[in-house]
Order: sequence, then C-alpha cells, then structure tokens
Amino acid sequence: MNIVRLAVAGTLESNDVLVSVAPGEGRVEIEVESIVLDQFGENIRQAAQEVIGEIGITSAKVRLEDRGALDCTVKARVETALRRAGEAQK
Amino acid sequence: MSKVIATLSDAIREAGLKDGMTVSFHHHLRNGDFVLNMVMEEIARQGIKGLTVQASSLFDCHYPLIEHIRNGVVCRIETDYMNGQIAKAISEGLMERPVLFRSHGGRPAAIDSGRVTIDVAFIAAPASDPMGNANGISGPSACGSLGYAIPDSRRAKKAVIITDNLLPYPLSPASIEETDVDLVVKVDSIGDPKGIVSGTTRMTRDPVALTIARYAAQVIEHSGLLKEGFSFQTGAGGASLAVTQYLKPIMKRLGITGSFGLGGITGYLVDMLEEGYFTSLMDVQCFDLKAVESISKNPLHKEISASRYASPLAKSAAVNALDVVVLGATQIDTGFNVNVHTDSNGYITGGSGGHSDTAAGAKLAMIVAPLFRARLPIVVDKVLCTSTPGSTVDVLVTQRGVAVNPQRKELKDMLKAGGLPVYEIEELKQLAENYTGAPKPSRPFGRTVAEVEYRDFSIIDRIGCVER
Repeated sequence: MNIVRLAVAGTLESNDVLVSVAPGEGRVEIEVESIVLDQFGENIRQAAQEVIGEIGITSAKVRLEDRGALDCTVKARVETALRRAGEAQK
Repeated sequence: MSKVIATLSDAIREAGLKDGMTVSFHHHLRNGDFVLNMVMEEIARQGIKGLTVQASSLFDCHYPLIEHIRNGVVCRIETDYMNGQIAKAISEGLMERPVLFRSHGGRPAAIDSGRVTIDVAFIAAPASDPMGNANGISGPSACGSLGYAIPDSRRAKKAVIITDNLLPYPLSPASIEETDVDLVVKVDSIGDPKGIVSGTTRMTRDPVALTIARYAAQVIEHSGLLKEGFSFQTGAGGASLAVTQYLKPIMKRLGITGSFGLGGITGYLVDMLEEGYFTSLMDVQCFDLKAVESISKNPLHKEISASRYASPLAKSAAVNALDVVVLGATQIDTGFNVNVHTDSNGYITGGSGGHSDTAAGAKLAMIVAPLFRARLPIVVDKVLCTSTPGSTVDVLVTQRGVAVNPQRKELKDMLKAGGLPVYEIEELKQLAENYTGAPKPSRPFGRTVAEVEYRDFSIIDRIGCVER
C-alpha cells in the first residue's frame, strides 16, 4: 500500500495515542512522543513498526503522540491512520 | 485601639518582618488564593530576602514563588503538598535547599511544639471583624472551615488577618480569635471563588473507578468495622468519593448509624449527615459549596483545627478515633509503601496532606487505585518516594481484586470469607504488567530537591532532581 495523503487516527486523551501519517521520502520514519517514553518508548516504536511491516508500507512519515496507550491501542490507531492515508483499495 | 492597618505594605512593616524570617500561609483558598502572591510581591518590593515560606499547601496559582526563589526573596519552602508549575520547577532543581514536606498532622505538631517558629502568619480570612475574629463561612471568598490556619494563628509571633469582608465586631463564630491576632488588613479580594471550592463535587462515571469503589465498600462491609458508631474518611476524587455511594446502601441494609465523617468534607458526606447515616462531621477543609453551606448552618457539622484533626503530639486527635480511611496512590510497592508525592517519572505532583496521618490513625487504611494509569502499573517493586510506610497500610483495592498486607492475616481471611477476590500484591502487579508490559526502570535521579518528614519528625524519604 502507498501512502498518498495526510491522515490521523486516535486522540490525545489519557490511555490513547494520536497517530499522524504523511507520504514519505522513500523510507519509513517513525517519531514517538510519549508521557511514558522512559518506561515504554521502545515498546511503542516496536508496536508501530510491526503494523507498518504487516501492511507492507515502505515509505511514510508516522508520528505518534502517546498518552499511555496499551500496545493493542497503538497498533489499532497506527493501522487506521495508515489505511486512511493509503491509496483507495479495490 | 485599632488593629486595622490601611495597606498590606504597612502591615508587613508593622509586623516587623526582616531578612531570614519565616512567613506562613494556609491553603483554604486552594487554587483560587490571591493572598500568598500579594503578600510575597509586597515583601519582594520592600527588599526583604532569605525568607522561609511555611505553607500548608501550594498550588499552581502560586507560580510567582518561582521568581521570588530566583531573586533570593525565598530560600526555603516547607509545605504539606505542592503541585503545578512550582512543583515542576522544584523537581528540576530550582532551589538550592531542599523543600521540606510534612503531613497535615506533622505540620501542626511541629508548630505547636515550637519545632517550627513562625515569625509572621498571613491568614486569608473570608470574613473578619476589626479585632481579627475571623471565619471562612461568609463573604465572596467563603471557603468553609479554616482548620489549617488555626495552629498558625495561635503560635505565630505575629498574626495578620487579610480579608476582603470586614464585618462589625464581634464576629461569630470565630474560627480565629482576636486573642491571637495582631493586625487586620482589608484588601479588594482575597481569592477567585472559581478556584476556591468546586461548585459541586461530581461523582465519577468511569466504570473502572466505580468497580474499585464497589469493591472498597464491600471490603468495609466485611472488615468487621462496619457497626454502630462507625467513623469514616474519604477523598474528593474519583474512586475515593464513589465509595460513599456504595457504602450508603450497605449501611442502610444493615441499619447502621455512623458516628462521624472526617477530613476534607464534600457534599456527599453532607448528604449522609443530613440523611442520618452519620451523627456529625469533623471538618478541617471544605471541598465544595454544599460543604461550605452546611458548616455555616448545621451545628452537627463542626470545624476542627489541623492539630485536632491529625497532630501526633496532640493529647488526642480525630484520626486516632477513625475506623476506616480511603486513600489514593500514584504508586504502591509490594511492601505496601505508598507514594503520593511524585508521579511515575519522579516529578513532584502532590504530597502527603493527611495521607500518612490517617493511615497511621485509622483501624483500616485502604488504598484505592486502578491496576494501571496511562500504561503505568500502580504496583511496583519499590516506590519512587515513600510518603506513607507500608506498616500503616492495610489493603489495596483495584478493579480486578484486592491485596491485603501480610501483617493483617485475620483481615485477609474475613475478606475471603466475604467473597472478595483476594490476591497477593505481587499477583496484582503481574496482572497489570500482562496488559502494559514491564516498564523500564526510570533514570537515576540527581541531588536531593525535597525531603519528606514523617509525622514522627524522622526523614522517611528524599526526592531527587529530575534532569531534563
């Protein structure tokens, strides 16, 4: 799937994450900001990477503003944002 | 004679304030307080330096203190609680000398015993007469009880009443009495009513908090303490407050009339008093307008001083007569030690308030908290700061079950027999981490920015600088 437009998913509520996706420059760039960066920064990045890999994205800018979301939430928000930003599927 | 002084500036001079002295403030006007800021600004203008601020609590509105600290006007802070910008700045190393945290009981004990000397107490009063008889129950800045100001008024070398509501002599009732007051200053406004009390304390609708509260009420029911004359304290937030809503039907079903509700008082406890669930309220601090109204008209709703509330050196204090207290926590460790001073990143966000006093005094000290908050598990191996020692904490209640302090074996058996889901505290920790993952330990902290003095005056823990 190609990322062709800007899209977001999620909120800035506690226990949620706001994911923004934009077209990339030939690679995947992930930026993580979190209130639990010290404790869970790596887990959040990993969860995002997993979804990006599964969907087969090779070029995108993905920004996560995390407010303490669980991994399942992170994955769901990232997937939704990617699909909103992707080419319409047949 | 007249005690009324025309301006704050004159009152500060008249009180004889000099470099290096100690000034005190109470926190009944909470985040709507104007008095601390107006007094400190005037002190700064007069060029007085090196003061100790002895405040029962500090809130976000007190951020101008940061400049006074930078400019050397204030070089030491002693308080029971702080949050907001000042707390963040302290955590990041604003002050050379560490802040000294006490509890709401430890502070009056230190003041009454002379361990702390207050040179000038600046006492915000919603109503006062020209001789300094003052109360908190009328006027545009009414806040109800003035309990935390009473020890300061009695012990300070000079006590200055600051009011925006000067009434004819003799004002009655008088929470602060003329025998203790040196000077009275009339100002335009002592506070912003919106920040002083909440209009109404709202009951949470969060299903997690409600589940915790329901379990907490069941713990009380099966603790063996819920009988005629039962006494109770709970907080004003989330799950703590919601416990009252589940406790009421249980008391009704069992036909039990409690003796007193204690502490910071909300409209929900006022309802329970008016409906006959308790025969009195002992109020050191009003949390909402309904509590303010009640204390002004109901003789069974009594104002008490901070000393009577919780002082460990008083000949007796209300916390020692308390059956059950419901308390919060930012962290609790597997030894049941509780942190209410810092968040999970080590930033100061609160303080003991009456936490450690009521835990020590009550027959059952209960911590209510969700298994995790914003992905951070509440149960940890070691709290970042010990505010309340585990030896005084009896039970942890979460939305998934309860854990009983191993020292309280008989309580554990009673709760099991009552059908509550009882776990080891380590099991609750694991349960949380199954959802969140194991948190990476936080970074090491720098030099000490605050010391926590327990109610016996021993330093129970130190809080380190958070480096950014």
